[in-house]
Amino acid sequence: MANRIPRVAVREQDPKVRATNFEEVCLGYDREEAMLEATRCLDCKNPRCQGQCPVHVDIPGFIRQVVKGDIAAAADVIARDSSLPSVCGRVCPQESQCEGACVLGIKGEPVAIGKLERFVGDWAIEHAGDEDRKPAAIERNGHKVAVVGSGPAGLACASDLAKLGYEVKIFEALHKVGGVLVYGIPEFRLPKERVVAREVEAVKRLGVEIDTDVIVGRTATIDQLIDQEGYEAVFIGSGAGLPRFMGIEGENLNGVFSANEFLTRANLMHAYDEQYDTPIYAGKKAVIVGGGNVAMDAVRTARRLGAEAVIVYRRSEAELPARVEEVHHAKQEGIEFKMLTNPVRIIGTEDGWVKGIECVEMELGEPDESGRRSPVVKEGSNFVMDCDVVIMALGTSPNPLIKHTTEGLETTKRGCIVADEAGQTSRPNIFAGGDAVTGAATVILAMGAGRKAAAAIHKYISEK
Amino acid sequence: MFTIVSKRYLSPAITEMKVLAPRVAASAQPGQFVIVRTDEAGERIPLTICDYDREAGTVTIVTQSVGISSTKINDMNEGDAFADFAGPLGRPSDLLDIPVEELRKMNILFVAGGVGTAPVYPQAKWLKEQGVTADVIIGARTRDLFTYVDEMQQVANVHLATDDGSAGYHGMVTGLIKELIENQGKHYDRCVIIGPMIMMKFASLATKEYQIPTVVSLNALMVDGTGMCGACRVTVDGQTRFTCVDGPEFDAHKVDFDEAMRRQNMYRNNVKTNPETHKCHCNG
Repeated sequence: MANRIPRVAVREQDPKVRATNFEEVCLGYDREEAMLEATRCLDCKNPRCQGQCPVHVDIPGFIRQVVKGDIAAAADVIARDSSLPSVCGRVCPQESQCEGACVLGIKGEPVAIGKLERFVGDWAIEHAGDEDRKPAAIERNGHKVAVVGSGPAGLACASDLAKLGYEVKIFEALHKVGGVLVYGIPEFRLPKERVVAREVEAVKRLGVEIDTDVIVGRTATIDQLIDQEGYEAVFIGSGAGLPRFMGIEGENLNGVFSANEFLTRANLMHAYDEQYDTPIYAGKKAVIVGGGNVAMDAVRTARRLGAEAVIVYRRSEAELPARVEEVHHAKQEGIEFKMLTNPVRIIGTEDGWVKGIECVEMELGEPDESGRRSPVVKEGSNFVMDCDVVIMALGTSPNPLIKHTTEGLETTKRGCIVADEAGQTSRPNIFAGGDAVTGAATVILAMGAGRKAAAAIHKYISEK
Repeated sequence: MFTIVSKRYLSPAITEMKVLAPRVAASAQPGQFVIVRTDEAGERIPLTICDYDREAGTVTIVTQSVGISSTKINDMNEGDAFADFAGPLGRPSDLLDIPVEELRKMNILFVAGGVGTAPVYPQAKWLKEQGVTADVIIGARTRDLFTYVDEMQQVANVHLATDDGSAGYHGMVTGLIKELIENQGKHYDRCVIIGPMIMMKFASLATKEYQIPTVVSLNALMVDGTGMCGACRVTVDGQTRFTCVDGPEFDAHKVDFDEAMRRQNMYRNNVKTNPETHKCHCNG
């Protein structure tokens, strides 16, 4: 019988302290806390949580092992479906997936599935080098596969293929491995050395080679990889890295950044650390436009750099697409939320620096095609907010470079690569998955797509 | 490792380095650039490709010390290695799209200034290989500041201009453009200008007067150089474009140079990039 106790609280850094540092906010469960929280699971016959997980992790199955204190067994259960539990436990929108479906959530609080997954994932990273957990020697099958991009999709695809015996090489455009996990998601949400780098190490231990500084489409095209370097299949997991802007007046003023630029400076280039050369400018007051996770990451980064930081979002709080935990953390850290507000122009000083942003108030009208009530401008509600930095966090689209340099690769009007459920593109030996196919989505979906494509590539090469 | 196989000073503040980067050398085309990073703490810095040797696997870069990162680059020596040397990035020069027979009928003018002279070289050299000898104007404040003149003379007709009259034409490159066209009977079908932003602005105004189709190669600030950050955005013909993926070359007569210059100075007063306030941690 499940334990009728309240959800075990997770330890966090004090909001006042963490608003001035880049250390991880959530400290996670220890073994005792995890085992206690695990006892809350009802172990439902029909586990709705598992059904809502994009990769169908056997959630009651791994929690059962945590209850017993057999964390190794729990890690093995998760590993059947997910290759990045310590990452997904931190960044998945659990409230709209597994935890959102938890029966306990109907009357009270759902089981802290994300925090439990994180605990198990971290344990697995910690013990990856243990003799009894080292991957068994894999017999190479002599077939070569290239993977484009080292984000969640690429890493997942590469590790599955390596486990099947393929000789896999990942080509990464940037100088660090991890894609959005290193350039996009901040240190305070996803530690780079302690989590990301060690997940990457685990992939390398399987025999996967990773070449950084290779921009596929420029340094070498996909066809060159196939024709000249002998790769039998290519997986494209190049993500959605192209930032969108609003197209309003003043967007090219000094002090207006894409969230991508701002976060890349902070995360990939460590600009917040004075030991690193890359500069970053958060101003005295930074306005961040958008309501997704990227907007939350940018606003909290600006806050940590000493700016007064404000979110401006055109819908209401209920429609914020960001994870609930991030919104909650942002508020604790003193972030101001201006909902139902939309910028119409950015105002500059005489020498071209941002000095304010003119916005209009919005109200919610009829639901649009996404099912969300669409915001409508309140006529005559224009007002000006003083600020010296504006950061646009409006979403991203896939980089067109691969589309332009790969003959016969079909893409949608929005620049996404066309691929079926298994990742097959319009070219027989080219597969794709993750944000490059779906447009900006989540780590877990990308990871799942990478794994499906690995299976499809295995089938393709085996049947060739 | 991206090892520096040779280094020489073109002037006290400008170096030329040949860097071992076989993949980049294999794919490089005139007009493209690389992103380099000296070390783990370094910035990602875009530099135009000044030459490449596919057989030796080397790419040539020319760097002028102006801020912290360019100084760090120039302090590196033969045998040292860059942490990163990624490319080639950006679109190759438009000249590559013109059929050779047409190119041979064209009169092409390059206008180079300062550290922009070296990036003109691969384009002039490429034209020479196609059987086209271009005119190249090289401008400098004074004769001691010229770089790449000997190399350029091997592949093009070089015309020098100095502000102080110490060599060649006495005056700015804009004056020499006018001189060549109005007094020496030259006619140009196409012009490529590479140099400091202010020089590109005024040289473009000069070629506009003569209605010569002109491109400039912009050296905007960048972080990733692959289209991800948008730091390099520039207004061309009223549209926002990314220098890294849509450029670096643009129609000179449509570029908003004033905005481009302002954006280039975005971090000028930043503690990290200002040489006077920078606290160097290079040696721990």
